[in-house]
Amino acid sequence: MIIAERKPIEEIKGFIEGKKKVLLVGCRGCVTVCNAGGTKEVGILASLLRLDAQKEGRELTVDEFTLERQCDPEYIEELLEMVEKKYDAILSMACSVGPQFLTRRYPKEKVYPSLNTCFIGGALAHGIWAEHCQACGNCIIHNFGGMCPISRCSKSLMNGPCGGSSGGVCEISKEVECIWHLIANKVMEENRLDDFAPVQPIKDWSSSRDGGPRKIVREELVK
Amino acid sequence: MSEDFEPKIIAFCCQYCAYSAADMAGSMRLQYPSNVEIVLIPCTGRFDVILALKALECGADGVYVAGCLEGNCHFLDGNIRAKKRVAYLQNEIKKIGIEPERLAMFNLSASQGPRFAEIVNDFSGVIKGLGPSPTKKKLAA
Repeated sequence: MIIAERKPIEEIKGFIEGKKKVLLVGCRGCVTVCNAGGTKEVGILASLLRLDAQKEGRELTVDEFTLERQCDPEYIEELLEMVEKKYDAILSMACSVGPQFLTRRYPKEKVYPSLNTCFIGGALAHGIWAEHCQACGNCIIHNFGGMCPISRCSKSLMNGPCGGSSGGVCEISKEVECIWHLIANKVMEENRLDDFAPVQPIKDWSSSRDGGPRKIVREELVK
Repeated sequence: MSEDFEPKIIAFCCQYCAYSAADMAGSMRLQYPSNVEIVLIPCTGRFDVILALKALECGADGVYVAGCLEGNCHFLDGNIRAKKRVAYLQNEIKKIGIEPERLAMFNLSASQGPRFAEIVNDFSGVIKGLGPSPTKKKLAA
């Protein structure tokens, strides 16, 4: 899923400075699962913004609404009734796709992102998420014991660890495990070290961002 | 701060300890400020930051969560979770200029009626010292 985290409250306060009526829109997709922008987080942020306004003696109305997803036009459409109530600003609590879709559908509205979209990852434990995919567009994890060196190696190395690997951790931080250490251990356990003999060819990055913004069209699904 | 300021305090009390301790304090005829409104929760693990935020929004000057002694939670770690949530929210309200001391977590057992009264007295004193919630000051002005 997409992992995101809320922007600092000071930054969000800056977005709504001088505004009196704000709509806070959550998303029940990835950001609900990673506890960044679901109904609960919308409630918390709305409450904090209201308290801040009360403290400063400012008039501020913060309405809350959570969409099923903000990355599908049919759900964005559900917001029409709310948008017609005329807000000074709309704060999206989805990944950055959400505010972009809101802006496209409601071009006259001032839409701001309340989250920073961080990475594609998974939960290591409750409250801990780690990057596991870089969306390179050409998955090759089967060549590396089911682990992704593109996203999980600090240098995205494809042919073994660098000199910065020490004791199973990466030189950038003791908190970052060296994925090549894990890959090598797994392959040795499976007696498949010979599979590693061929040098991995230079990766074709045209399927990644290097080929420009990407798009998938599936004709059988297009109406 | 005015001398006659009586803070409004909301206490989220676990039914297995703090709530029973409050009962005991009552049975023992112990004196504690009447400005504390107790909300029964099945475990402090049920405490959610939104509950405290709503209390503050609705005019509470202070909020505290009272749960079992660490290691004695009926549901194993509800009180530890609540402690983390309280710490998280203290940090959040500090960022918007509300004193983090307005929020607190206490641990006690069901048999500690006198301790419950002491907590209420102490916390009430802290909030009196801080004065009315800054969210109310401007509105009153």
